[in-house]
Amino acid sequence: MITIAEVEHVALLSRLELTDEEKRMFAEQLSAILEYAGMLDELDTREVPPTAHVLPLRNVFREDIEGAHLPLEKTMQNAPEREGNFFKVPRIV
Amino acid sequence: MAQYETVIGLEVHVELKTRTKIFCHSSTAFGGDPNTHVCPVCLGLPGVLPVLNREVLEYAVRVGLALNCKIAGFSKFDRKNYYYPDLPKNYQISQYDLPLAEHGYLNINVDGNVKRIGITRVHMEEDAGKLVHQGTISTTPYSLVDYNRTGVPLVEIVSEPDMRSPEEARAYLEKLKAVILYTGVSDCKMEEGSLRCDANVSVRPPGSHGFGTKTEIKNMNSFKALQRALHYEVERQIGILEEGGRIVQETRTWDEARGVTLSMRSKEQAHDYRYFPDPDLVPLVIDREWVEKIRASLPELPDQRKARYVKEYGIPEYDASVITATKEMADYFEQCLACYSNAKAVSNWVMGDLLRLLNARDMDITRCRVSPSRLAGMLRLIDGGTISGKIAKTVFEEMFETGRDPETIVREKGLVQISDEGAIAAVVDEVLAANRKVVDDFRAGKEKALGFLVGQVMKLTRGKANPEMVNKIIREKLK
Repeated sequence: MITIAEVEHVALLSRLELTDEEKRMFAEQLSAILEYAGMLDELDTREVPPTAHVLPLRNVFREDIEGAHLPLEKTMQNAPEREGNFFKVPRIV
Repeated sequence: MAQYETVIGLEVHVELKTRTKIFCHSSTAFGGDPNTHVCPVCLGLPGVLPVLNREVLEYAVRVGLALNCKIAGFSKFDRKNYYYPDLPKNYQISQYDLPLAEHGYLNINVDGNVKRIGITRVHMEEDAGKLVHQGTISTTPYSLVDYNRTGVPLVEIVSEPDMRSPEEARAYLEKLKAVILYTGVSDCKMEEGSLRCDANVSVRPPGSHGFGTKTEIKNMNSFKALQRALHYEVERQIGILEEGGRIVQETRTWDEARGVTLSMRSKEQAHDYRYFPDPDLVPLVIDREWVEKIRASLPELPDQRKARYVKEYGIPEYDASVITATKEMADYFEQCLACYSNAKAVSNWVMGDLLRLLNARDMDITRCRVSPSRLAGMLRLIDGGTISGKIAKTVFEEMFETGRDPETIVREKGLVQISDEGAIAAVVDEVLAANRKVVDDFRAGKEKALGFLVGQVMKLTRGKANPEMVNKIIREKLK
């Protein structure tokens, strides 16, 4: 069972603000999801190597060759706030 | 005060000097206008797909091999999740449980003895953007972000907690820098941030076997800063323990101006990075033969080169370690030896006058205007008796300033050594006549008086008289 404290912790890490009602709801839903996925624990996977990737692909590379940069004005379109050519952000610590 | 033992481990980040970033085709060039070396991939825009730069893998393997690591046969990239505005995606692509290289070591010199520092792991990751603060990180009203550095390839090199003093930590970082410079994969400039170092520091009371609570120190931008910050932090921790307090596990930043470390606990309390394999990047299966090919292509590393200099050129260990500290200096030394055979004479000049002048100007040997063949030419002028060793210092300084050849300098400045017996004898007569008492002292058996007389002759000839001949002529005249 997922506790309210665990929901609060995950919400903090994800920068989510939740009401008490939402916390109770997500605690229930997350518990149900984990319980369902928990069925996998019934399988004996001792002989199965951990899966790092679902695609049967390995070693995909690009060559070290320069391409076009995004024009500055396009880049800055995504800046919530801007100062000169910088993204402006609130104090961090 | 009780004796505490210091325990230090370093995490070093090195920017790889590929042309483009680790997962996209944006330029890695340093110093571009803010936010101009970016593309949708390194900005983390929706729907983009990162693809690994082949050169990054090869460079990282070189680092792993140079640090005596075992290279993994299978490796992958993971997402390290955290909110910080220098990461536009809110995660950093790094490596978690299957790093590229592990179980290496680096030998350092501690009071003349070799000490082996363990290397836990070497992994690849992307660099974050650069934050510009007004004043310090915790007092600035807001910060500015430049994403040019975002996605520049890094290797992170994690040491074992094997260092026992700030001096050992510095020696390790200096050696690490030398080795990486030799591999040619990074320019390792601490002032430009292409070599960065964080330290984990703890102290333990006498008789204790476990580790004390550690703090992580960041923002040390030079070798000197590293040493100062560690000294400060060790003293701070001991002070707390002595007063019966407890060390708080936290990240602290080094304030260079104030000479202190300061707590920088962020709002996110616990580190909870929720690593998981990055689904956008496929795993790496690393071919043994390819790794062996890279191993064979590695240049001779500092320790090997040093041993060869001692054996092949017969120069002292100390000389060999100073000269091999950087690849450029060792290359210069060898270029000198290609035109001149007396290795000890070359090493004396390189370690002495050349290094002194370079340090005084804060210059790199690559910018030195004295070419190896000209240094060799000057040494031949000494050997041939054209100039004395003393005059050579003046000639060398002139060569260093102007880059001109020694022969021209000697001729134009009239520095040719006086080896004409008659000319020297005339000056000797003058000196003997003017210093009767000293002459008597010498005749009475005071051998030291000779030095004074030689000095007077050198002074009158402005250092140009051949000192051996001066010695000989005075002895003959006073027989």
